[in-house]
Amino acid sequence: MTTATLSSPTPPKRLPGDLAIWFFILAELLAFAVFFAAYAFARASHVEEFNLYQQTLDRNAGALNTLLLITGSWFVARSVQAAHRDHSAAIARNLWLGWLCGAGFLVVKGFEYAAKFGAGISLSTNTFYMFYISLTFFHFMHVLLGMVILTILWVQARKGVYGSHEANGLESGAAYWHMVDLLWIVLFPLVYVMR
Amino acid sequence: MNALRNPIHRAWLALLVATGITWYLGEVGAAGTSAIVAMLLIAFVKGRLVILDFMELRGAPRLWRFLLEGWMLLVSVLILLAYALSLR
Repeated sequence: MTTATLSSPTPPKRLPGDLAIWFFILAELLAFAVFFAAYAFARASHVEEFNLYQQTLDRNAGALNTLLLITGSWFVARSVQAAHRDHSAAIARNLWLGWLCGAGFLVVKGFEYAAKFGAGISLSTNTFYMFYISLTFFHFMHVLLGMVILTILWVQARKGVYGSHEANGLESGAAYWHMVDLLWIVLFPLVYVMR
Repeated sequence: MNALRNPIHRAWLALLVATGITWYLGEVGAAGTSAIVAMLLIAFVKGRLVILDFMELRGAPRLWRFLLEGWMLLVSVLILLAYALSLR
């Protein structure tokens, strides 16, 4: 006779992907946090130098690259959603579109580096350029690794590995790709805009 | 408009707009305390969108959500501190 009105149960809390990838992401984030702080505190004692040479950076290229990484992340998030909904074709297609955004990022960055190196700028030019080149190049390598991961996921997705029954590998790789996006979201304003 | 029910579509749109604002602040040469605080706030909001909606940590165990959001907060505070030092 008790008619208990059950509130719709909240889904159990769940960490997407493997636990190990999250430890890896934390380690990467901490390394970049140290790097970001080093940039900001180095700037505090070289304010004029940093403000002057920051003006030479291509802000449009930096902003365009932000849009590319955000959109790349969005495609990969769509791929994970497609897996949970068993839309097999959309899993691989969105991974490929995410990969293309990453490639676009590398091309834009390549033009940016070519302009800077062509002007004779190197790691030893000054403190600002030392940070600009090392920070962005460290991040560049992470975009590259992210694209290798997306390629592997794409191959697996084409084989039909992922779906609502199995998305762990896909979610783990996606989490790494979002981390690359997250890092650039801090890096772009910090190095290109804030003064 | 139905597409906006999907949190990742909403997050993507918000991230595009936020990036546009940061770019615009750079174009008009915004500098100094209020510009720095505004850009850090925008970055913080963007970072949270990536963490909660793209990484899907909104529904994750609290510990992981706090670790990533805590990282975002830590980085923002450190940068703010360093810029405060430079403005003295």
